[in-house]
Amino acid sequence: MPKHSRRLLRGLGLLCALALGATACGSDDDNSDQKAVGAADIQAALKKGGSVTVWAWEPTLKQVAADFEKKYPKVDINLVNAGTNNDQYKALQNAISAKKGVPDVAQIEYYALGQYALTKDVTDLKAYGADKLAGSYSPGPWNSVKSGDGVYGLPMDSGPMALFYNKKVFDKHRIAVPTTWDEYVEAARKLHKADPKAYITSDVGDAGLATSLLWQAGSHPYKVDGTKVGIDFTDAGAKKYTDTWQQLIDEKLLMPVVGWSDDWYKGLGDGTIATLPIGAWMPANFVSGVKDGSGDWRVAPLPQWTKGADTSSENGGSSLALPELGKNKELAYAFVEYANSGEGVQTRIENGAFPATTKDLNSEAFQNTEFPYFGGQKANKVFAESARNVPADWKYLPYQVYANSIFNDTVGKAYVSGTKLSQGLADWQEASLRYGSEQGFTIDK
Amino acid sequence: MTMSGTTDAPRPTAAPKPTAAPRLRAPRRPHGPGRPRRSILLTVLTGVMLLYSLVPLLWLVISATKTQQGLARSFGLWFDGDFALWDNITETFTYQDGVFGRWLLNTLLYVVVGAGGATLLAVLGGYALAKFDFPGKRAVFAVVIGAVAVPTTALAVPTFLMFSKLGLTDTPWAIILPSLISPFGLYLMWVFAAEAVPTELMEAARIDGASELRAFFQVALPLLAPGTVTVLLFTTVATWNNYFLPLIMLKDPDWYPLTLGLDAWNKQAATAGGEAVFNLVVTGSLLTIAPLIAAFLLLQKYWQSGLAAGSVKE
Amino acid sequence: MTTLQSPAATGARPAGPPVRRTRRSWTGWGFIGPFALVFALVFLAPLAYSIYLSLFRTQLIGGTSFVGLDNYEQALQDGRFWDGVLRVGLFLLVQVPIMLGLALLVALAIDSGRLFGKDFFRISVFLPYAVPAVVATLMWGFMYGPRFGLVGDINDAFGVRLPDPLSSDLILASIGNIVTWEFVGYNMLIFYSALRVVPHSLYEAAEIDGAGQWRVITAIKLPAIRGALVIATIFSIIGSFQLFNEPAILQKLAPNAITTDYTPNYYTYSLSFSGQQHNYSATVAIVMGVVTMIVAYVVQLRGMRKGA
Repeated sequence: MPKHSRRLLRGLGLLCALALGATACGSDDDNSDQKAVGAADIQAALKKGGSVTVWAWEPTLKQVAADFEKKYPKVDINLVNAGTNNDQYKALQNAISAKKGVPDVAQIEYYALGQYALTKDVTDLKAYGADKLAGSYSPGPWNSVKSGDGVYGLPMDSGPMALFYNKKVFDKHRIAVPTTWDEYVEAARKLHKADPKAYITSDVGDAGLATSLLWQAGSHPYKVDGTKVGIDFTDAGAKKYTDTWQQLIDEKLLMPVVGWSDDWYKGLGDGTIATLPIGAWMPANFVSGVKDGSGDWRVAPLPQWTKGADTSSENGGSSLALPELGKNKELAYAFVEYANSGEGVQTRIENGAFPATTKDLNSEAFQNTEFPYFGGQKANKVFAESARNVPADWKYLPYQVYANSIFNDTVGKAYVSGTKLSQGLADWQEASLRYGSEQGFTIDK
Repeated sequence: MTMSGTTDAPRPTAAPKPTAAPRLRAPRRPHGPGRPRRSILLTVLTGVMLLYSLVPLLWLVISATKTQQGLARSFGLWFDGDFALWDNITETFTYQDGVFGRWLLNTLLYVVVGAGGATLLAVLGGYALAKFDFPGKRAVFAVVIGAVAVPTTALAVPTFLMFSKLGLTDTPWAIILPSLISPFGLYLMWVFAAEAVPTELMEAARIDGASELRAFFQVALPLLAPGTVTVLLFTTVATWNNYFLPLIMLKDPDWYPLTLGLDAWNKQAATAGGEAVFNLVVTGSLLTIAPLIAAFLLLQKYWQSGLAAGSVKE
Repeated sequence: MTTLQSPAATGARPAGPPVRRTRRSWTGWGFIGPFALVFALVFLAPLAYSIYLSLFRTQLIGGTSFVGLDNYEQALQDGRFWDGVLRVGLFLLVQVPIMLGLALLVALAIDSGRLFGKDFFRISVFLPYAVPAVVATLMWGFMYGPRFGLVGDINDAFGVRLPDPLSSDLILASIGNIVTWEFVGYNMLIFYSALRVVPHSLYEAAEIDGAGQWRVITAIKLPAIRGALVIATIFSIIGSFQLFNEPAILQKLAPNAITTDYTPNYYTYSLSFSGQQHNYSATVAIVMGVVTMIVAYVVQLRGMRKGA
């Protein structure tokens, strides 16, 4: 790390500059000026009352906010849906640039949190005792809210991956549910041969899915050390992924339909999309968006890269963080803790969210919940098992939001032309590094 | 046209009354003496254009009668078994504590103040350009067009930062102020005022001792009424359909216009735990354009005359 | 910025009595002042701010520094930007003539008085203009769907394989189609209104001379609405060069065909909102504005010369 003092500028940069200590990011002494906030301070703040503005699109927070206000009548939670993921980040970025209208709490997905942590636009929650919660979260999400020694948010939900599959379709064509990705490719061939309209899954190139699969395959493409970044999509794990996925692309075994589109929902409902490797938060979406598929779908562990292994990975999920420019930090933290670690978690589970807290993941009631949609299957057992098996050493880029935005410009080419997937990843790597270098990062070749 | 040229980019345009062609001595009577014979062939040919225009709208109308499941399982251009239009409309207005009604009221506010104001400014400005000689006059329209040529998506962030400093973001003003500018409206009123307001009449009013303002309101404005209706129509559509600017300026859903609200409903299907409400998005879309279409139809007479009236004055 | 000095410059010479204006005074500013004031606030100030921004560079690491004209140098050599310019240029050359041509044909057809139910035609063709771009793209997204959409249904019903409108090869045409659908009626109405005010005496004279329909159109109607044609073309050029909404919304359905630098306006958007590169985004926007003005100016000059 450079020894001289760095100026980290937010957004437009003209508006504010924050001088940081000699060892800028991720070191242990850059919060020395921040005094610890004890439980007593937080209790006092709750007694005194005030208002907290929360930007979040997570639907289950509504009930949590109401309960919180009931418990602490003097606190007013102003829950605002300021847009969904990227829209909200843009809004947040703008507000930070303007130094005005910044919320006190913001929902930020794990892959996006790094950038805010790097520029210190979100508060290190260690001072509020967040680091003591380390043991209560499953490894994937906890690792995602940490940056160096700091804790920049509390995990709200998590997305340990599983394979959702349409049992009716598999039964009809007598195909076994794949347990490895090789079997998955085999199943894809069989299925598409038996019914040319049916596909094993739909994929036109999705950064979230690709990075999750790389994660599971043991690849470590992103090396981040403060302001030094390196990207490498050629390690052994990445090769496993490209070799397998290339077969699916070459043999046209992936339905070329974009996720979350009308067509996609239709495909999930009518059996033409047979599986979905995705995060454990998906059931609620199935119930509300794919009513026709009720009873047909089941959940299985994610196929493995090595037979007999039980490695999983995370897909999606978000945290609640405290923007540095927010107000009422004590109250804001109290709410975040209530929602993501305290009583709010149970409320959110009841409303369909998937928790990140090990206590809840392992509770009997949770594991024994039967999903009528999945034919009465106790799907949470599969998800909870998956959550335990997420390798904790994955890192995203500190500008992953931008990198993901150009995924289809580069890797997308592999889906529509003769470009190889590995070449697409190489292009993505190059474009991402170029951006990093333009933004002043040191590039680690 | 508002500043959100991105959403309602000033693509289409021209003067409704643009021709200077031979002075308008004899007003043209509709289908004068030699009324042309109607042609089936021409009607059929133009009918192709009609189909092109209406089929997508038909999809919207039919889709609005379907349930969420019906949308997924049935052919787009025909009805599903369940006829759920009334249920959908009821649900659209009651979903999320009836926020749709709030969005509708917001949109009306933006239209009344924004489009109304834009029309007023355009009328005043057009009148000035047509009837006064003032320093810098030649530059005005050139500057307007030049500024419109710069892509507004890039201006959005600077505008946001400025508005933020002025404390205007997340308030109706952030939407209304930019809506007040209609370059096309200005051009249209310029041409129209040059035609419709005889300079002699204004001179006479001045000689009678009327102030400029009084002369404008009492003499010129009534003459400009038809053109005003036309400009109002265009600014109304632009404001009603405004999307990009509100997206940047507004965080609070309570201030959303309809377009932004529908977009939010559409997007919530793509988030963890979000409820897919495509049937409400479709029904909401239909309800969004219905008032505009109704206004078109009801006001047809006015804006038609507005577009043509300039010629019949003499 | 010499485009459109006045209606006269576009051929739409203000008619009415010969210019006998009040003497040159500041009174006119009283009337145009409110417009100018708001315009300065919402257009000129952000524009000036953008020009200022374009002289700096802000990095995530390292902060802001004055870079002079470096950003402009970069923009002039930026292949992603110029590819987008060429793309919208192509779009302009194909889509605008088709759209304006169709608009003109429909306007002439309605104006000819030979249609059954002409009011119905006029209002129906105009209706798509009332549909917000968000909704329009939703509808066309369904139409284009090669699997479950209309295209898919046609493929199934007739056992054919229509080309995929959302593929890389066809996406520009598909965008052009949506834009045409949205704005044909609008332009039609402009042309129709211009035609409505062509004095009837001219037609009578032509009839006496024994001129046919075609001759009436080419000799009387088209020259009479030339001003409308030119201004419609200029605003369509600006619209094409600022193409954003349709590709931005369709991008969700065709993410590999529509890249984040697909049109210059989309590129500036991506730079600014995904990449936080506000300075460079502002630079690209300004260069694009200059390109747009040059093209619009050339078209205006040519439009005026023709048959003037």
